[in-house]
Amino acid sequence: MVARHKFLVHAPDDMVGVAVEDVPADSEVEALIMENGRYIHIKTRQVVPLGHKVALRDIPEGTRVIKYGVAIGEASTDIQAGDHVHVQNLQSLRWKKSVARSENGQIVEIK
Amino acid sequence: MDIPTIYAYKRQNGQIGVRNHVIILPVDDLSNAACEHVASNVPGVMALPHPYGRLQFGEDLELHFRTLIGTGRNPNVAAVIVIGIEPVWTKRIVDGIAGTGKPVAGFSIEEVGDIMTIAHASRKAAEFLQYASELRREDVSLAELTISVKCGESDTTSGLASNPTCGNVVDRLTGMKNIVYFGETSEVTGGENLIADRCATPAVRDAFMEIHSSYIKFIEDQGVSLLGSQPTEGNIKGGLTTIEEKALGNVQKMGRESKVVGVLQPAETPSGPDGQPAERGLYFMDTSSAAAECVTLMAAAGASIHIFTTGQGNIIGNPIEPVIKVTANPKTARTMSEHIDVDVSGILSGELTLVQAGDKLMEMLYRTANGRMTCAEVLGHREFVLTKLYRSA
Repeated sequence: MVARHKFLVHAPDDMVGVAVEDVPADSEVEALIMENGRYIHIKTRQVVPLGHKVALRDIPEGTRVIKYGVAIGEASTDIQAGDHVHVQNLQSLRWKKSVARSENGQIVEIK
Repeated sequence: MDIPTIYAYKRQNGQIGVRNHVIILPVDDLSNAACEHVASNVPGVMALPHPYGRLQFGEDLELHFRTLIGTGRNPNVAAVIVIGIEPVWTKRIVDGIAGTGKPVAGFSIEEVGDIMTIAHASRKAAEFLQYASELRREDVSLAELTISVKCGESDTTSGLASNPTCGNVVDRLTGMKNIVYFGETSEVTGGENLIADRCATPAVRDAFMEIHSSYIKFIEDQGVSLLGSQPTEGNIKGGLTTIEEKALGNVQKMGRESKVVGVLQPAETPSGPDGQPAERGLYFMDTSSAAAECVTLMAAAGASIHIFTTGQGNIIGNPIEPVIKVTANPKTARTMSEHIDVDVSGILSGELTLVQAGDKLMEMLYRTANGRMTCAEVLGHREFVLTKLYRSA
């Protein structure tokens, strides 16, 4: 069976979906909201590997990013719908004042 | 709600077991050899060797006793032989188990030697095994079981599908008034507020936050930062970005509706006030996130079936508690099929709804309760790993 969706979304208010396979850049695909069975149309702006997140809408810098219906961190820069959401644009709310991850995933101190 | 009937063992104290083990339990490392010889003389009984039990003290010693006594008390165990180097600690464990009413006998090696101890204990083991062989399963309610849950070798498929499937079943179980344990103090960091918000009363919430903050303090006292290890590099490669996100995937196992009715020390069995029966429902137990340590503690608290969700394929089993392995990772389900009892990867492809996946897991729970051997049991996975809090004297 070929699934209609390339991304799964936990809850209706989630701002990100999770790739169920490697999704190339500039793909016009569907995201399935697991809670209500509805689909969202999305166009990826970068490659989104299996298990990684895509933005379902524009998320301005400083906005709390919602997944599972709750905040998993905040946007560290402006995110556009279709962007790959990961360490380069999403940071933990927990330790954001002192530390963050650099683009290659390393932990760096913020003075 | 329709509560299914299962076919299981009713123990002397009314607790329900789904297995009928006769175990040979060493008090200490020195007694492992004698225990293993007894198990060799009497095939059909099971020795549980472990590396500890000498010169422990304080809270660490109490946990050692609680874990061994709890293992013997578990309703999946029909009868117990305890062997220790000296009589005092041996008796303490025998007495702790005897309260259940099940047959238990203790042997100490000092002044007797291994050979005579093994001879005496083997005779008793043979007697206990014949006793156990005549016990019969009977119709009981599934709601009487204590179930434990934990995840391991998690990846993004865990948070997406296998943990929510577990949560779906946990909601059904707490709805039937089963007792359910979850834990993994380190792994829920970042999602602890979500657990706190689910606590049934302010007192439960305070107890949970206390356990969690003392864990964070322990980490900080080691001079390390959780952010350095959580999420792990492997988690990040798999797409997990923040510690909150990882923890939220983990806590999907507690379901969407279940309230946390109590907080337990490692290997602690819930109890009610003034000797009343414990409240039934979901309990958080303060445990390590290491699979075998966590399951050993939950089995010692009386859990009779464990639901273990995995992404990349953790292969853990437990000697007395059957471990049901669930994965949503289609690759793991294919390449490690001999380890996987329930494949819910259909959730990712849209072939299974969460409720259908929950139905599949519930069905495996009944079958396991009725006697179906899990993959871990068939493959002989009997990881019995005691938690040690600090070094011995």
